Amino acid sequence: MSESTVDVLPELKQIVGALLFAAKEPLTVKRMRKAMIETGNGFGGPYEQYAKATDKQIEGALEELQNDLEQAKLGLSVALVAGAYRLQNDAACGPFVRALLEKNQTMRLSKPALETLAIVAYRQPCLRSEIEEVRGVSVDAVLRKLIDMQLVRVVRRSELPGRPWLFGTTQKFLEHFGINQIEDLPGSQELKRAMPVAEKKKDTTETFPDIEEDLKKDKAVPEDSADESMAALDEEIQKEET
Amino acid sequence: MELIKDDYKVSLEVFEGPLDLLLYLIKKDEVDIYDIPIGRITDQYMEYLNLMKVLDLNIAGDFIVMSATLMLIKSRMLLPVEERKDQEDEEEEDPRWDLVRQLVEYKKFKDAADHLEDLEVHMENVFGRESEHVELGAAPDIDMRDASIFDLIASLNEALGRVQEEDLQEIFAEEYTVGQKVTYIVENLKIAKRITITDLFGGMTSRQEIVCTFLAVLELIKLNRIAAVQDDHFASIVVEPREPEEHIGGGVEGAEEHDVIEGELI
Repeated sequence: MSESTVDVLPELKQIVGALLFAAKEPLTVKRMRKAMIETGNGFGGPYEQYAKATDKQIEGALEELQNDLEQAKLGLSVALVAGAYRLQNDAACGPFVRALLEKNQTMRLSKPALETLAIVAYRQPCLRSEIEEVRGVSVDAVLRKLIDMQLVRVVRRSELPGRPWLFGTTQKFLEHFGINQIEDLPGSQELKRAMPVAEKKKDTTETFPDIEEDLKKDKAVPEDSADESMAALDEEIQKEET
Repeated sequence: MELIKDDYKVSLEVFEGPLDLLLYLIKKDEVDIYDIPIGRITDQYMEYLNLMKVLDLNIAGDFIVMSATLMLIKSRMLLPVEERKDQEDEEEEDPRWDLVRQLVEYKKFKDAADHLEDLEVHMENVFGRESEHVELGAAPDIDMRDASIFDLIASLNEALGRVQEEDLQEIFAEEYTVGQKVTYIVENLKIAKRITITDLFGGMTSRQEIVCTFLAVLELIKLNRIAAVQDDHFASIVVEPREPEEHIGGGVEGAEEHDVIEGELI
């Protein structure tokens, strides 16, 4: 590094902060990296170092930013929701924000809806009959409501007789509850595996890897691939967005 | 907290199912879930069931099934252990075990649901840059509309019901064939993008024609040429072509569709 430009060059932490502020929607690490590569290549010189920033470095910068925000008590924080980072207000300040935005009435889910959702979340992909077995009541209406709300979706049909639907949670589910991924829910391993009937155990062990793989495809960020081409990055971002 | 209007409402709210009621009873009596005093709990359960009857609540079949289960467990508990072992497998467990397992599992998910509720309440106070919460309740993005075979049969029945009794004195040669109706449906779907089943059967007066048309619909569904969909539970069934949209018709589809919908209302 040289000359006077050095003192104006921002730290990664500052850049990710600015990006999160400017973006109207949650940002994936990939999109941030793309912006850095473009800037680095476009400006050249000392800016070239930004083009070399790895996913890991960006994630580190985000963490640093979050720590700074927390310590400085700025009313803001960085959160990772459904695979993307976003800048959000501290929950403690929520009432004020709600008043400002005139959003004092929020819809909450009913207990039966939450229970059903919990079972779908932990057991996905799961059959309606599995949910009913756990809850001991018919879940037809509740499940339909959750699907209408786009919190639950049909994953596919199972191979069982009658080919019943298999249900899973949606991206919106993660966003609504502010979760990054299903595995972050407490006790997810325990509740996922506690299968009372042997044959069902077989069914889930067969199907769960698929879902996990799908999820990984959507979310996982390959480690340290700074040299990968912009085109590939673009493609990945597009894939993420669709 | 929900508004508590009256006991009536509360009972409904709290005991959504038999497991809810059982957990409530277990919690109320502070008994060990792994060592349920089955006699006492069964009595209390039946008491509540009677109370619900008195209140004229619609008791779901699930509650009745559970009372039968409780009775069964109770009666098996009464058998001396040695005899029980004789009757069943060597390693037969406590007769309560299945129920306990179910209750414990349900309890775990109830806790998980509570956790989700906490998250939901927390997220109410959190806004991102978009200043919006996730909108719930938009149109479903998945296709649950596939009409089941029962819906289809119901519509066939309906169509057949509309046809007057035929005069069965003469024997006619086969007037209609399934193949013919397949063509008819495919041709019609080229013009109108969606046709309700009712319209498809509309104007048909012979049972044979209706049955042929119905079989043609099934055939086309099997061949994956068309899809029978329902926009809602119990809504009228609509058949649509499966091919990509470009294959069918030009820009006047909107108008055609409108016609179909009007036809359905009549």
